[in-house]
Amino acid sequence: MNSLSDFVIVSAMLFGIGIYGLVTKRNALRLLFAVELMINAANLNFVAFNQYLPYGSATNAAGQTFVLFSIAIAAAEAAVILAIVVVAYRLHQDVDVSELKSMEG
Amino acid sequence: MADLVFLGMAVLTVGSAIVALESKEIIYGAIGLAGSLLGVAMLFFLLDAPYVAVFQIAVYIGAVAVLILFTVMLVRQEKWAKEAPGKSLTRLAGALTGLAVFVALAFAVLATNLSQFTQVVNTATFVNIGDLISTGDSPILLVLALVLAASVVGALTLSRVDREDDAR
Repeated sequence: MNSLSDFVIVSAMLFGIGIYGLVTKRNALRLLFAVELMINAANLNFVAFNQYLPYGSATNAAGQTFVLFSIAIAAAEAAVILAIVVVAYRLHQDVDVSELKSMEG
Repeated sequence: MADLVFLGMAVLTVGSAIVALESKEIIYGAIGLAGSLLGVAMLFFLLDAPYVAVFQIAVYIGAVAVLILFTVMLVRQEKWAKEAPGKSLTRLAGALTGLAVFVALAFAVLATNLSQFTQVVNTATFVNIGDLISTGDSPILLVLALVLAASVVGALTLSRVDREDDAR
C-alpha cells in the first residue's frame, strides 16, 4: 500500500514545479498554470492528511470539505485572471507581464 | 511500497505539469495542465475520496480547462512559439529555487514518521461531507457564494466592450 509520505512527496514535486514556473515565466497564461499547479498541490495534501490521519472520529471529512471550497475559489480566481488576460491582450496585443508598463505603480 | 497504479498516476501528474510549463505551443501547455489536474483527480480516487475526485474532474477539467483553452485560442500568437525561451540565468535560478523548495519539503517529510501510515483509515462518505457543508461550515458556503457572484460580475465588467453608440 501507499504510505502518506508518498502523496506528500508528489504534492511537494507539484509545488516545486509551480514555483519554478512562477519565477521563470513571463506569459500571464503560464503564470496562471503555475498557480493552478500549486493550488492542486495544496489540495492533494489536504485530502491525503484527511484520509490517513482523520482528526477525532474516522468519519471526519473536514479536509475533503475544505478542498471542495478551495476548488470553487480556484475556479472563481481563474475566471477573473482570464478576464484580466483578455483585457490586457485587447489593450497591448500581448500578455507578457513585463510588457504591461501601464500597470506599474 | 508504492504500487504501480500510484506510480503511474504520479508520473502522469508531474510529467503533465512539466509539459504545461515547458511546451513550446501554449495550447499544448493548456492540455498538459488538464492532464495534470486529471492526475490529481486520480490520486484522489486512490485516496478513497471519490466525491472530491469527481468534483475536481467536473470543475477543473469540465470548466476551468475549457475556459483556459478558449482564452488561449483568443489570445494566442505565432511569435510565442518562436521566441527564445527567456534568459538562461533566470531559468537556472527558477529551476534551482523550485528544486530547493522540493528538496527541503522532501527532507522535512522523510524526517517525520509519515511513511508509517499505510492504511486509509477515513471512512467518511459524501453524507459526512454534505452534513459538514450544510451545518457546521454553512457560513463558509454562504461567503463562497458571494465570492463566486462577485468574481462573475467582476469578470463580466472587465471584459465588457463599450460601443461607440452606447457611450454617452
